[in-house]
Amino acid sequence: MNVHEYQGKEILRKYGVKVPSGKVAFTVDEAVEAAQELGSSVVVVKAQIHAGGRGKAGGVKVAKNLEEVRTYATEILGKTLITHQTGPEGKEVKRLLIEEGCDIKKEYYIGLVLDRATSRVVLMASEEGGTEIEEVAEATPEKIFKEEIDPVLGLMPYQARRIAFNINIPKELVNQAVKFMMGLYTAYIEKDCSIAEINPLVVTGDGQVMALDAKLNFDANALYRQKDILEYRDLEEEDPKEIEASKYDLSYISLDGNIGCMVNGAGLAMATMDIVKHYGGDPANFLDVGGGATAEKVTEAFKIILSDPNVKGIFVNIFGGIMKCDVIATGVVEAAKQVGLEVPLVVRLEGTNVDLGKQILNESGLNIIAAESMADGAEKIVSLVK
Amino acid sequence: MSVFINKDTKVIVQGITGSTALFHTKQMLEYGTKIVGGTSPGKGGTEVEGVPVFNTVKEAVDATGANASVIYVPAPFAADAIVEAVDAELDLAICITEHIPVLDMVKVKRYMEGKKTRLVGPNCPGVITPEECKIGIMPGYIHTKGHVGVVSRSGTLTYEAVHQLTQAGIGQSTAVGIGGDPVNGTNFIDVLKAFNEDPETYAVIMIGEIGGTAEEEAAEWVKANMTKPVVGFIGGRTAPPGKRMGHAGAIISGGKGTADEKIRVMNECGIQVAETPSVMGETLIKVLKEQDLYDKCKTH
Repeated sequence: MNVHEYQGKEILRKYGVKVPSGKVAFTVDEAVEAAQELGSSVVVVKAQIHAGGRGKAGGVKVAKNLEEVRTYATEILGKTLITHQTGPEGKEVKRLLIEEGCDIKKEYYIGLVLDRATSRVVLMASEEGGTEIEEVAEATPEKIFKEEIDPVLGLMPYQARRIAFNINIPKELVNQAVKFMMGLYTAYIEKDCSIAEINPLVVTGDGQVMALDAKLNFDANALYRQKDILEYRDLEEEDPKEIEASKYDLSYISLDGNIGCMVNGAGLAMATMDIVKHYGGDPANFLDVGGGATAEKVTEAFKIILSDPNVKGIFVNIFGGIMKCDVIATGVVEAAKQVGLEVPLVVRLEGTNVDLGKQILNESGLNIIAAESMADGAEKIVSLVK
Repeated sequence: MSVFINKDTKVIVQGITGSTALFHTKQMLEYGTKIVGGTSPGKGGTEVEGVPVFNTVKEAVDATGANASVIYVPAPFAADAIVEAVDAELDLAICITEHIPVLDMVKVKRYMEGKKTRLVGPNCPGVITPEECKIGIMPGYIHTKGHVGVVSRSGTLTYEAVHQLTQAGIGQSTAVGIGGDPVNGTNFIDVLKAFNEDPETYAVIMIGEIGGTAEEEAAEWVKANMTKPVVGFIGGRTAPPGKRMGHAGAIISGGKGTADEKIRVMNECGIQVAETPSVMGETLIKVLKEQDLYDKCKTH
């Protein structure tokens, strides 16, 4: 789960990670008021959306007085920002962070991520702040330093020191940088982060080490024990169909095509998208109904697929293991009855309780096209929507 | 022969009184798996499906001589369950549970260093040696005993591959689902190594998906060490970057972990990769014929 920059900074502040003073604003008046309260001569007006690249897209402006704050806030609020992470449709700005300006001497990069190869959290840092770490890794890999963290010990001060010296933090500020990294690591662990990226980390003219930006991402599987993080969820940043799906523990992702897919298992769901594409079709979504789905959940999944006006046909591809075919069949029949099925439906069932599932579909009286294999199903649905 | 499990494997079910566990305990018993006990704290001394229930894994192992466990415990408690299995010195712990917080698994992996237990999963369908032992949630009837090893990050894609093989008359030695999480126990290389050493396995299907670099590393290992043919499939060729495709591990980030890159490396390492998921079986058969192994693998 993503949070906004200002929320990430709020969390970090609690862990003693230094961030500039700032306030969130939802209106232009609130923005001016916030700037007044900050009382600093220079303030930064920053668009708050769940995507990077805001600066380049015109979503970050430096204001030298309250008039400029008003001008920039008016300009940015309601504007649709298109960055490399928003997709071509962009994202509308509904919140601003009004933050005190600071005198930047130098920018760095600090990040914590999970390294899958070692199954450990890794602290990563570079002297090349402000640019994407992937670009640095590509162009100058020798400028990235890493420390692997033992989960029993946690991040050790010597590791943080080593990083600080390696990226050439001025030596009188090394202790501050160490405190910063230790706080960041504690936040990462206690709040179940999956990414904590500070880009840039800055050293200021008055000798401070602080996070100018903060990108925190949280492990969705751990949210059950992070109620305060869940409060930060901004539903306006998410696709309404994906929100609806998450209420029923369905894993759903909207795509651009017109063939709705309902599959069990993430791997098979991906492979189903691949094979639909292979036969010349375009999937409208990724949908994994999961292992423990009930008929009710399947019904909801079906309704979510049909709520997408682009959907011109549905392909259900089930290989039951933990998921029983009769449960899927009952859910499909129930949903079709509730919402009325006006598009072609191709169903491929295999696995646990397959015969019972097929029987339920056959006796439903619905116009369901049976498929013998996933290739057969994909071919059939593609030709039906053309 | 087979890898990891066989007809002599004695299994306990952790969390046996949950509804999913109960359903699959029944299925495993019907398949012929030697389920010798289960655990459910507070329900020790009772019995379900004719299987004795214990309060702790240690107790269950002492009483039954079990050497493997299968875990159906809910996600918030699953890390604890895995550690309990490791502490009881089982040879094998298979964790079916999905949605375990990843930082829990980081700790579990650290704890397991130097311990004897092999962990398969979490978030996996389990392991099956056809006609001998089925541990997990896979539908038993699609499998046939034979000589092709199957290893996969995805449960349902494993079934798909096995089903295609069985329909083509090609049996399987063992099918191993390693799970779709970013931090898991047994990895591709561990399973490939085991298949390489297993005299009854003549060829292997390896099924991966987008995210991480495990497939690339496995492909390099195959090139350097494997004496048997390996064919592959990678799911998620059409997945958009930055979106987590169901599995926590299946995400393309920073240009890394794309299907095309994985397929390229696998091809370079001599692994033929099926164009679509529906030709995984066909691709293997083609390779078996090329290598003169088809008749040896054909079971009916």
